[in-house]
Amino acid sequence: MNTVVFVAGVGVISAIGNNLPECIGALEKGETGITDINYLPTNHRGSLPVGEVKLSNTELAALSGFSPAASRTAMLSMVAAVEALHNSGIGKLQGLRTGFVSANTAGGIDKTEDFCIDFINDHNKGKLRDMLYHECGTITAMVAEKLGIKNHIVTISTACSSSANAIMYAARLIKHNMADAVIAGGTDALTRFSLNGFNTLMVLDEQYCKPFDEHRNGLNLGEGAGYVVLVSERVASMLSNDPYCTLSGYNNANDAYHQTSTSPEGNGPFWAMTGALKMANLQPEDIDYINLHGTGTQNNDSSEGAAIEKLFDPAYPKMSSTKAFTGHTLGASAGIEAVFSALSVQRGFVYPNIRLHTPMAEFSFVPETEFSKRPDLRHVLSNSFGFGGNCSSLVFSKV
Amino acid sequence: MTDLKEQIAVQLKLKNIKPEDISTDAPLFGEGLGLDSLDVLELIVLLKQIYKVKVSAEDGPKVFRSVKTMAEYITAKQAQHI
Amino acid sequence: MQVYIRSAAAISPQKTFDGATFLGDPIEHNSTRLICVEPGYDTIIAPKLIRRMSRIIRMSVASALTCLKDADVASPNAIITGTAYGCLEDTGIFLGNMIRHQEEPVAPVAFVQSTHNTIGAQIALLIGCHGYNNTFVSGGASFENALTDAAMLLAENDKGTVLVGAMDEITDMSYAVLSRMGLYKRGAVSNLNLFDSNSKGTVGGEGAAFFLATNTPSANNIARIDGVKTFYKPANTTEIEQQIASFLTEHNITANDIDLLITGNNGDVKNDEIYTELQHSIFIGVPSAKYKHLCGEYPTSTGFALWIAVNIIKTNSVPAALQGSRTLRNKADKLLIYNHYQNNFHSLILVSAC
Repeated sequence: MNTVVFVAGVGVISAIGNNLPECIGALEKGETGITDINYLPTNHRGSLPVGEVKLSNTELAALSGFSPAASRTAMLSMVAAVEALHNSGIGKLQGLRTGFVSANTAGGIDKTEDFCIDFINDHNKGKLRDMLYHECGTITAMVAEKLGIKNHIVTISTACSSSANAIMYAARLIKHNMADAVIAGGTDALTRFSLNGFNTLMVLDEQYCKPFDEHRNGLNLGEGAGYVVLVSERVASMLSNDPYCTLSGYNNANDAYHQTSTSPEGNGPFWAMTGALKMANLQPEDIDYINLHGTGTQNNDSSEGAAIEKLFDPAYPKMSSTKAFTGHTLGASAGIEAVFSALSVQRGFVYPNIRLHTPMAEFSFVPETEFSKRPDLRHVLSNSFGFGGNCSSLVFSKV
Repeated sequence: MTDLKEQIAVQLKLKNIKPEDISTDAPLFGEGLGLDSLDVLELIVLLKQIYKVKVSAEDGPKVFRSVKTMAEYITAKQAQHI
Repeated sequence: MQVYIRSAAAISPQKTFDGATFLGDPIEHNSTRLICVEPGYDTIIAPKLIRRMSRIIRMSVASALTCLKDADVASPNAIITGTAYGCLEDTGIFLGNMIRHQEEPVAPVAFVQSTHNTIGAQIALLIGCHGYNNTFVSGGASFENALTDAAMLLAENDKGTVLVGAMDEITDMSYAVLSRMGLYKRGAVSNLNLFDSNSKGTVGGEGAAFFLATNTPSANNIARIDGVKTFYKPANTTEIEQQIASFLTEHNITANDIDLLITGNNGDVKNDEIYTELQHSIFIGVPSAKYKHLCGEYPTSTGFALWIAVNIIKTNSVPAALQGSRTLRNKADKLLIYNHYQNNFHSLILVSAC
């Protein structure tokens, strides 16, 4: 079995930028991407802030090469995946066993919604081609075809931890010598389905979200896509650019407490983090920065905080949630945050947890509120915890 | 009261439970029917859709302590509109 | 790959649950929509818990719990599911409510239940399983990806057990949409005559199948999965033959070593052409059996096919309910499942006696 997996390329699109340089620039300047709703046709315009990608479907279609009638989820995926692919340089190598492991939660439901508006009263109505995008797996397959990838076309959907599980699966394909280079991560477009779904759960903040703040009120939904290109050691040695980092550890554990809430002690998160550290052969004090799941909900930040306290107290690494910038991008979140984490460990970036005014009283640690550069960053931990108790953590390490 | 019990049973899909089995005063959560936080949200929707009465998430636990407290809340809120 | 199967349970449009004989009493459906025969759930799932469960969740949980019970495993190391459509009924319910109430708040349970990993999560919640939990939603390769994931996990961990499942449901909405897309036969047809009509279209189906996979040899294991492979949109028959040939070579076998080939013919004349072609080329002389007349066509039907294969090995017999040549070459030693879903994903699963 191969033992080391490198991150050779990254690609991202989110509310704070349409590509990697734009996103990193915004993170450095502390410029949030949360705004009022501009593109999604919903009755919640003007009342719910979101992290929308600042491009219409027509503009995204031009960027991605898909028809404007296609699902926005596919367009976002394509843009980020292409950036990652080009960025990695693997396209210049011959004879690689490649793969595309992509996650999403909504699939093409943005188009299904349009269909349903007509279909619901008359089963003979509704534009049938809108339903072609419905399945989560179809989004991945469409993008894989355009990328020219024919094997290991895999789609994973485990709510908010989806992309992390996709990255893990891709890493294991490489370790088991079933693939040489895999584009892995996820995508999700903002949809009425998700927006209304989370609204019924009463977890949306009607103001701009404040992750890990004592007075936090919930999350803002976002959209986007983020991919890393994972390669084996052999492939890494053939590429002209140095890899960003290694994926040195990962773990998935199940909280098994409740369908939507995490256990107050943060058991699932704790097991995910400890397992990832164990695989990376690291102690808690070796982690220099944590990219928190940090959605801004009462439940997540409390439970995640409890788990962090249990694992790291009294020596806490720097930490922040970047969801105050991007919103909670659901199936894409772990992919987008993996990209941010890879850059973090490569360039020493520590991102700020913006809009944090009052640290949570129950914890002694305080997330970073300013962007900083720490060239001595060695290992970065990225957390993603989803519905169904699905908890995943990834560790990225400096090469 | 019986109507409310029937509506609760339907909304929460308590198929095997008849309205007369839902005690008026017994706690709905914890023991009693053993409902959970998702059920709170379901009941908030029930009150809004059928009785046009709003409940915030913070008030949820108080209002939904028992069928009796639910009924009292509905009556009080509806009186405010008159 | 060496993945032992300790137990298997399936709910399908046939009597495959509740200790029934192995397809001994096939059910005739005169419809293009084959619906599962559901058991009484009272002894399997507590009434308090079942209230929120849609059909697909109930069927999956019941199959999973039974599978675990039969394997005598209280809690596996991992739970992995494969589903193309996920919880379709709940998705449709929430969408409908959202549209009808013009985005005013509606009941949240259907939204929560609609997430694709709900089934895996419910099982974990019911048995208190804190291990690895993953859900694949890769269309016609969902179950195969789940099996591959399970195999990798078992190779990484000593003495491991993985609960692997495949499930998909048919709802009023999906049936209406797929009918409009021309997937099904026009007019009712008996599923038992599905392969006789030489016409366009198939019949819709659904089902849930679970397997307890382990890396520990034991007299209690009933079969072994030796290999799983998928390939996407092959350009032509030659490419399909090459993919199959390389799969056989990789597993050190030839077509002559296959005791029974289980194929995914679905009754649509165009869809089924490839099976006929391959049975005149690379699979010539290999005894074969068809299964989709029993369960209908759906993206994760290979879960049902694997349940059949495992039971053929267990009983060393091919039930009369399967159609095709149906006689084993020798004994039920090596079975190969070959299926494609709408010519997108093609899959091969090699199953052996152990």
